[in-house]
Amino acid sequence: MRRVVTAKRAFTAWAVCVFVFLYLPIAVMALFAFNKPSAAALAGFHGSNVCDIPPTQLGNLTVWNGFTTCWFASGLHDPTYIPAIVTSIKIGAAAAVVSTLLGLGAALALARMNKFLRVPFDSLVYLTLVVPEIVIAVASLIFFVQAPRYVPFFPALGPWTIFFGQVVFGASLAMLIIRARFVGMGDTLEEAGYDLGSGRLSTFWQITLPRLMPAIVAAALLTFTFSFDDYVLPAFTNGTTNTWPIVLYSAVRFGITPAVNALATIMLSVTIVVIAVTGVVLRRSRTRAGTDTDQATPAATLRIG
Amino acid sequence: MTSDAGGASVDIEFRSVTKRFGDLTAVNQVSFQVLQGEFLSLLGPSGCGKTTSLRMIAGFEQPDEGQILIGGVDSIGTPPYRRDVNTVFQQYALFPHMTILDNVAYGLKQKRVAKSERYARAREALELVRLTGREKHRPSMLSGGQQQRVALARALVNRPRVLLLDEPLGALDLKLRKEMQIELTRIQQQVGITFIYVTHDQGEALAMSDRIAVMSDGVVEQLDTPAEIYDRPRTAFVADFIGEMNFLEGDVTHAEDGEFDLDTRSGIVVRGRGEATKGRPARVGIRPARLHVVTGSVDGATNTAHAVVETKMYLGDEVQIVAELKGGTRFVIREQRAGTDDLHDAIRPGEPITIQWEPTAPVLLADAPAPNEGGNDD
Repeated sequence: MRRVVTAKRAFTAWAVCVFVFLYLPIAVMALFAFNKPSAAALAGFHGSNVCDIPPTQLGNLTVWNGFTTCWFASGLHDPTYIPAIVTSIKIGAAAAVVSTLLGLGAALALARMNKFLRVPFDSLVYLTLVVPEIVIAVASLIFFVQAPRYVPFFPALGPWTIFFGQVVFGASLAMLIIRARFVGMGDTLEEAGYDLGSGRLSTFWQITLPRLMPAIVAAALLTFTFSFDDYVLPAFTNGTTNTWPIVLYSAVRFGITPAVNALATIMLSVTIVVIAVTGVVLRRSRTRAGTDTDQATPAATLRIG
Repeated sequence: MTSDAGGASVDIEFRSVTKRFGDLTAVNQVSFQVLQGEFLSLLGPSGCGKTTSLRMIAGFEQPDEGQILIGGVDSIGTPPYRRDVNTVFQQYALFPHMTILDNVAYGLKQKRVAKSERYARAREALELVRLTGREKHRPSMLSGGQQQRVALARALVNRPRVLLLDEPLGALDLKLRKEMQIELTRIQQQVGITFIYVTHDQGEALAMSDRIAVMSDGVVEQLDTPAEIYDRPRTAFVADFIGEMNFLEGDVTHAEDGEFDLDTRSGIVVRGRGEATKGRPARVGIRPARLHVVTGSVDGATNTAHAVVETKMYLGDEVQIVAELKGGTRFVIREQRAGTDDLHDAIRPGEPITIQWEPTAPVLLADAPAPNEGGNDD
């Protein structure tokens, strides 16, 4: 009895350690979004806003110097950060929508396709997921540079080419997520739809699509996230466009201010709220849907991804 | 619309229907008619083709050969959503993302029935199956029995020409199953719609059906009323599948005026009624309840067999005795206990007994055994 209790405590302690290991860096990042410049830097500064001190003169920011909220304001007013974040959100949203639509179509077709067509198609889809991103990035760059020469109206390197490149990966990912649920659903419900006089299209709208919705939402969220924080592919195919990860990577080289921490903290908060809301919505739709044991919640999918 | 000899119209007709899945012939040259308003069961073990037959009527499978007529019209090529039949699925297949009322009203919605009428009729259908007060709930919040009723209402609300039921009670426990059997019979009589009911449970089929089609290996072995099937099974398969049956086979030594004698080559002479051919091998079946145990010595008369008791079990009102005949054939005997306890006490494992039966007990089966092959084959 005693040993069971001890073992339980040991496991709890271990779990706590794991969570600390996972989340302490993030907590530190959020904390240092509120860090003041060093005392030496403050001594030589005579302006009203301490966050106006140039990045190179901030002094040691890896130690706690005191509390300020001014980095949030300066981050939100930064002339390069905000446009980059907006660009990333736009590309991410477009990539999520298009990838999910393509993935949905492929999942529906592939699940009921003749085996001789399905297996090669499947392998190609998996290939885009397992080939190192750097390879796809190089290939995309060469392709996108050459394409405008032969294809009229093909966009030059920029947001469009980033978007195209990310859809390749995103569509494969979305297809995997949606197909897992589609296959698990079986076709009895669709047969019931047909049986009750509903044609192919209306059965799809009224039965299949609502049942796939959790997987579709999960796929959209996941493809957005992958696009939003992707660095490698945009770094090759961006032309002169700056995405948020690209701006951050280049800023790191010249020293960054806690304004970056502040923006990251804002994004983290937004992400947590969005995931929480999605989780609640999915859970509610699942308790209503009841018997079906769908695994396509974002949490479950993230474990695969 | 076609009519059979009796004048009742035919709702479903199979004409030499064959369906293959790869090398497997699931349904083999099957022909039968289902009359309007009839409760017909397709009964057989799994893999006998009963569910495939049902799915072909529903339109989920297309026959490779033959015709399926629904209301006299060939249905080949008609998709499921244009057929005047509805199905109650084995696992109910209720739409989990819709309320009970929306589930039931679904078929009417597809027919573009106005909303108020649609819901009014859906409520009526739920009343018919005696499930009210749960309209706003989701299927998952209902018990298996209740889901079953919703599935039934969802199909019946469309007033189809034929209702197809695919082992609808299979997932319910025994008590609920008995209850639903009575419910189904009541509902069928109330609405007067033709029911085609797929089951592997012979008790269920006997209890509910007007007629039963016993299927085996893709063919219909016998299509008859429950009483005919039980009392006069045509083949050994039907005899064995419906209830229990003891088999004897041998050569017909005498056949005259609807009576025959069968010599089993192990000293038993069976005298029964039926049209046998003298000199040909034949097989008979005798129900366990038609056999009687007599003690004391009886001379080698007809319809008498000597055996050694293997086991004896009390089954409440009945006693079941398993005994081995000379030659190794095993007989199951079921006797009423009333008033014969003295006799039954004398029956003990290892003791010899004598079994007798009336000439009306043996049923002459159509499928004769191969000539000169002894032993019991079941």
